[in-house]
Amino acid sequence: MQKRMTLHVNDGQYRIESDTARSLLNVLRNELSLTGSKYGCGEGQCGACTVLIDGRPRRSCITPVGAVAEKRIKTIESMEKNGQLHPLQEAFVEREAMQCGYCTAGMIMSGVALLEKNQNPSENEIVRSMNGNICRCGTYPRIVDAIRQAAEMMRGDAK
Amino acid sequence: MSQTPISDIYLEPERYELHSDGSPYCSKIARRQFFKVLGGGIVVLFAATSALAQRRQGGRGNRRAGGDTPAELGAWLHVGEEGTVTVYTGKAEVGQNIRTSLTQVVAEELPTPLDSIRLVMGDTDLTPYDRGTFGSRTTPTMAPQLRKAAAAARQLLITLAAEQWNVEGDSIVVADGKVSHRKTDQSLDFGQLTKGQKLMKTIGEDVLTTPAERWQIAGRSVPKVDAREMVTGRHHYSSDIQRDGMLHGKVLRPSAFSSSLISLNIQKAETMKGVTVVREDDFIGLVAPNEHLADRAIEAIEAQWNHPSQPSHEELFDYLKQHPVETRGWGGRSNHRQGSVEEGLKAADIMLEGSYTLAYIAHAPLEPRAAVAEWEAGKLTVWTGTQRPFGVRGQLAEAFGINEDRVRVIMPDTGSGYGGKHTGEAAVEAARLAKAVGKPVKLVWTREEEFTWAYFRPAGLIEIQSSVKADGRLATWEYHNYNSGGSAIRTPYLVPHQKVQFHPADSPLRQGSYRALASTANVFARETHMDELANALKMDPLEFRLKNLKDARLKAVLEAAAERLGWEKRKSESHRGIGIAGGVEKGGYMATCAEVQVDPKSSEVKITRLVAAFECGAIINPDGLMNQIEGSIIMGMGGALSEAIEFENGVIKNPRFSDYRVPRFSHIPPIETVLLNRRDLPSAGGGETPIVAIAPSIGNAIFDATGVRHRSLPMRPNEGKT
Repeated sequence: MQKRMTLHVNDGQYRIESDTARSLLNVLRNELSLTGSKYGCGEGQCGACTVLIDGRPRRSCITPVGAVAEKRIKTIESMEKNGQLHPLQEAFVEREAMQCGYCTAGMIMSGVALLEKNQNPSENEIVRSMNGNICRCGTYPRIVDAIRQAAEMMRGDAK
Repeated sequence: MSQTPISDIYLEPERYELHSDGSPYCSKIARRQFFKVLGGGIVVLFAATSALAQRRQGGRGNRRAGGDTPAELGAWLHVGEEGTVTVYTGKAEVGQNIRTSLTQVVAEELPTPLDSIRLVMGDTDLTPYDRGTFGSRTTPTMAPQLRKAAAAARQLLITLAAEQWNVEGDSIVVADGKVSHRKTDQSLDFGQLTKGQKLMKTIGEDVLTTPAERWQIAGRSVPKVDAREMVTGRHHYSSDIQRDGMLHGKVLRPSAFSSSLISLNIQKAETMKGVTVVREDDFIGLVAPNEHLADRAIEAIEAQWNHPSQPSHEELFDYLKQHPVETRGWGGRSNHRQGSVEEGLKAADIMLEGSYTLAYIAHAPLEPRAAVAEWEAGKLTVWTGTQRPFGVRGQLAEAFGINEDRVRVIMPDTGSGYGGKHTGEAAVEAARLAKAVGKPVKLVWTREEEFTWAYFRPAGLIEIQSSVKADGRLATWEYHNYNSGGSAIRTPYLVPHQKVQFHPADSPLRQGSYRALASTANVFARETHMDELANALKMDPLEFRLKNLKDARLKAVLEAAAERLGWEKRKSESHRGIGIAGGVEKGGYMATCAEVQVDPKSSEVKITRLVAAFECGAIINPDGLMNQIEGSIIMGMGGALSEAIEFENGVIKNPRFSDYRVPRFSHIPPIETVLLNRRDLPSAGGGETPIVAIAPSIGNAIFDATGVRHRSLPMRPNEGKT
């Protein structure tokens, strides 16, 4: 069903007209030119499309845009503020927690969601909450390290 | 649409050296145009003089040598008037981090901050011809070329400064983007020296470079140069490219391989607003203003297909053995003999037979095949993720009957490949749609399309008959590989009597290159069988291997991995098992140790620790190399434990991540990596070889713990246990 709606994405408001069944990922990438979120599977299995909806990590590839019109959507593009990377982005760079980088945005969004509700996650907690994200290059151990490192930085007990 | 012709399948380069590309002319930038395109400054061209290049020049090089363009340029490097260094190479970045390692080797010879070096890669209009990024060739071949070009550029800068200051060149130092003369306290940065210059030099192999023992910038872990682009989502992959007026394409896929169309009804799709259906012979596709509409339109097409009956994964290995093919592809049938197996058997004490199988597996790069195609005044530009931009240019030229100089392929650093992106299917499809509708078209394959219509790592059956003497020395080795391929087929162990054969087969599925090619199969079979022999001899598996090895480099990695694991100490812990395996491929030496634990109640097997030792000559970027080793091991765990393509009658039954199980966070045990740095040896690539030994090391550890021998991949050791 075609409908006019307003999307709240990264502190901006976007008026769009779209089929409500269209995926949020598709709208973000093609209508709003926010291409940081990636298509990887279309069935919510790989996490490359992860965005935060009202603070929760959601698979935008299986989220119909009609369902999120009034919600707060955050994508990878909002993580860097005034040239300052989010601690988790910084930790990804420092630990080189990527190879091709295609999964990275989704990993960071899933990781940020975890760190926002748990400032000191154990390895098990990290693994459990990240297990829906696939990195085919196999940088999992580095991503776990990066999340731990970011948690430390965010708690302020780094160094 | 019919399946890809068999001839194309066999050209898929397991043996890429036999693969015949289109015309390998170098970039379209003619020599006199360099400065027009690049701006003033210094340009150094590297002209390959290798035997391969000479042979190629003799054969067909001259037709593209037109005037003043050197026939066989490997790379070029430009020091601009702003002082930035721009390197042009046809290699492609697919996550193996060569953008960083190549930057390092350039900075080593032409000392300047890493962020003032830029690499232009894999753009057929801007970079020199390159056959493709595969076979771990970037580090051993491209890196030395760039080092030489950078060293020559340094020398040119020194000469310029010496002339300007009227001093001896050998009293001039180059460091940190500056050229200085200490005695007279004069210093200029690269830009000040190159300003107003149009200096060009063509060099060959004979330029001296810094030996690895004296490396300052190469040889160190430096951060990935484009990491910031990746963590901010700013890097644009092919699937992120936007063009004005761009439409989104979809292609109608047959219901099975080798299908023919019986009936087609496109009426519903055609009446959808903004949708244009394109039909050219058996190609049926469409474009729409957005992907969502394109998806709905393709679903609205009613098509019926007919397909012949085809083998399934259940009967695969019998089928492969019973359907040999005579082909020069895949390296062709190979046959290595040494001594006489029949004679050798007479003196042997223990004989052993083993049969090993490997399923087809998928690369499943997280970015599926994607392309954006645009036609302008008869010229085609395609952005696509491929490991062979120049090969895809040839494919496009052929598909549309145009010259290659009317085609430009741009390869934005892609969402990985692992040997799976050597072909340009999406590029051709997007270009076809774009041509038909006269607008730029983006086409991104779905995950299901990527699982179904790309190509697979070959499945294979390997049969080994071997014998040993009671003292633990190998006596005979007869080895038959059906369909997997010839990489690493020869045993690195000393065996006086050998018969080693590769039997190409009529693969029911489209197959192609994979990370480290068939060495994953051959090392799995060989290293599992070696373990079985050690067991038959009641010998320690490590000791048995070392006893039959002369290759000091392979010995060194086996010993290093065993030492880190604590091989001796851990041998007899109950409910635990350890296993070791090693292999040599593409100039790299890999050994892997696995430790597993068995739950005494459920008998479930859990991998508790992995240790890898790797040696590939002089290491350029230790942390980058570790990342590749870890990644190879983790990817290898998928093929070892869980990944398998299931198929029946030309249909892939599990073309989704929910059915095709790849490694995830929860599957990964602690991984320890030992790097053996041999600064006295040339650098070999490290993105592939570390995958070869993981499967047999796990299998051997499971045997040690449980007495159950796994001879088929994936092993699925816990199937039915939970």
